[in-house]
Amino acid sequence: MIAQPSLVMFAIFVGITLVVTYWASGQSRTSRGFYTAHRRIGGLQNGWAIAGDYVSAATFLGITGLVAFYGFDGFMYSVGWLVAYLAVLLLIAEPLRNTGKYTLADLMSFRLRGRGVRAIAALSALAITLFYLIAQMVGVGALVNLVLPRVGDVIGIVGVGVLMLVYVLFGGMLATTWVQIIKAGLLLATVIGLSGLALRHFNFSLTRFFDAATAVPTAHGVSNLLQPGLLFHGPLGAWNLISLGLALVLGTAGLPHILIRFFTVPSARAARTSVAWAMVLIGVFYLLTSFMGLGAATIVGHDHIGRRMYAGQAIDYIAHHPAQETSLNAQLTQNGYIVPQPDSNLAAPLLAAQIGGSLAAAFVAAVAFATILAVVAGLTLTASSAFAHDIWFSLIRNGRGDESEHIFVARAAALAVGALAIALSIALRGFNVAFLVGLAFAVAASANVPVILLALAWRRFSRFGAIVGMLGGLVSSLALIAVSPVLMGSRAIFPLENPGIVSIPVGLLCAVLGTLLVRDPDSEAMFDQLQVRATTGLGAEV
Amino acid sequence: MNRAKQTRWKTLADEQDFRALLRSRRRFVIPATIFFIAYYLALPISVGFWPHEMSRPVLGPLTLAYCFALSQFAMAWIVLALYLVRSRRFDLLAARIRRREAQEQVDSQ
Repeated sequence: MIAQPSLVMFAIFVGITLVVTYWASGQSRTSRGFYTAHRRIGGLQNGWAIAGDYVSAATFLGITGLVAFYGFDGFMYSVGWLVAYLAVLLLIAEPLRNTGKYTLADLMSFRLRGRGVRAIAALSALAITLFYLIAQMVGVGALVNLVLPRVGDVIGIVGVGVLMLVYVLFGGMLATTWVQIIKAGLLLATVIGLSGLALRHFNFSLTRFFDAATAVPTAHGVSNLLQPGLLFHGPLGAWNLISLGLALVLGTAGLPHILIRFFTVPSARAARTSVAWAMVLIGVFYLLTSFMGLGAATIVGHDHIGRRMYAGQAIDYIAHHPAQETSLNAQLTQNGYIVPQPDSNLAAPLLAAQIGGSLAAAFVAAVAFATILAVVAGLTLTASSAFAHDIWFSLIRNGRGDESEHIFVARAAALAVGALAIALSIALRGFNVAFLVGLAFAVAASANVPVILLALAWRRFSRFGAIVGMLGGLVSSLALIAVSPVLMGSRAIFPLENPGIVSIPVGLLCAVLGTLLVRDPDSEAMFDQLQVRATTGLGAEV
Repeated sequence: MNRAKQTRWKTLADEQDFRALLRSRRRFVIPATIFFIAYYLALPISVGFWPHEMSRPVLGPLTLAYCFALSQFAMAWIVLALYLVRSRRFDLLAARIRRREAQEQVDSQ
């Protein structure tokens, strides 16, 4: 039973973060304080916060599980998600800091003035953020089911939702940043500890560790986890892999909740420093997913990863599933429990239980909760700024309205987004969460990235091109996912699981064609100013 | 007024210091971006189309594919380090442009 110690550790985390929120609440009374923490976060702190914002529970539990089940193919996710930061570093972080104020739409509408671009940029930010948010909250339900079976996942989701709202509503960006920093530290320590324990199991011999991973016994024979092809195989395996790779490596540069972190630092130079720190921290984390995943496969055992049923529960289950009786009975006599359904998401907590005992497992579960909480808070803040700053303040009120109205609308929007996310997550419980995260990445890569890059680099780029490009990327990625095997199974019209390889070029093509079709002298006239400001930092928001 | 502002930005954009800054940034950023995307995409492409060759163990039990994947981490950190070194030059140039612009503001008042 890991429920009680896990609850205690989680309560300690919540206690500390609430103190931080109380301290931060005095400093977030203006919109600048609420959205950007007065742009006073240092590069090092922001680097930790980016890591805390980026590495979600879906990554921590999900990738460890994917590596445990599919070895190399699971590790492909880790590689893509780190390399993606080079695009942020080289192309986006500094110009964004130099030209934006509060949101991603600021960058695009800097030269592409007018309501259309801002409205659609805000819309795509809201869509991406909401998908991401729901994925995290649905993950809460799964985790609660595992750690606290008696609590019930609805209460878990509501509890996490309310806590997250407390951070965001009272502490704004400053509290959210510190929650993310604390969580990143906890998560990194956990991952290093787990990897170390896994290696100790093999007497710290890398050769023996990897040797064990080449021959992992499963129900379907022995599998070599260091070989590619366990997850992506068949005639379309290569294309699935390439499409996913494209979405992973380009998607990060279009994720609104990561990009708004660059508004919290004082300068473009600090923005660069924060990406550098984030790349070090995130890189170490993803490198270690290899050790946790392969460790779980070799030490816990492939067939033991999943929800375990003991004694009476197991006998009940066997009675209801007579077809598998012999194999399940064999499991029960050999292990004392049965694992009827393998579940890769449990690889990390089960590895902790196996090599560190129940206290370690409780710690891992508590860290996973903290992880979800921190990521969800960052996402809610992003959605609230997209709504309050872009839609309400810039479009509906035309830039009028005073400071107290601005901050009131921002808080109300956060509350509404939080409530919506809680309701949707309860409705979508049991849905595949990795799919929702993949959706967010594909939409970000197709709708946002081409338009951001063209707005920064192409003198002729027009408002019409931006609108058509964002809509083209948004619609094509959503439509392709709707008819993909993920949602339609074997009746799928589009054969690949990730739409990236088609929808990213579609987004780019729409933006280019739209520009060639309609000239935009206003946007062209603004290009010099944008280029000078983005490159030198002249006139940047302080 | 707006016209005057627009012209000021145009003048700045045509200045030699700014052109130099833009050129030296592009000389690093464009090749680096092409390189990292090509190096990264080589991984799913090679693994997807030549799974058999990539499954060969090359470093003890580690397969070619796994070594290639691990090398991506090194690649990302090396490109990061090179950019950090190079960007000191960008910062100097940008600071010079900002300083001169501030000076001109004062002079014109």
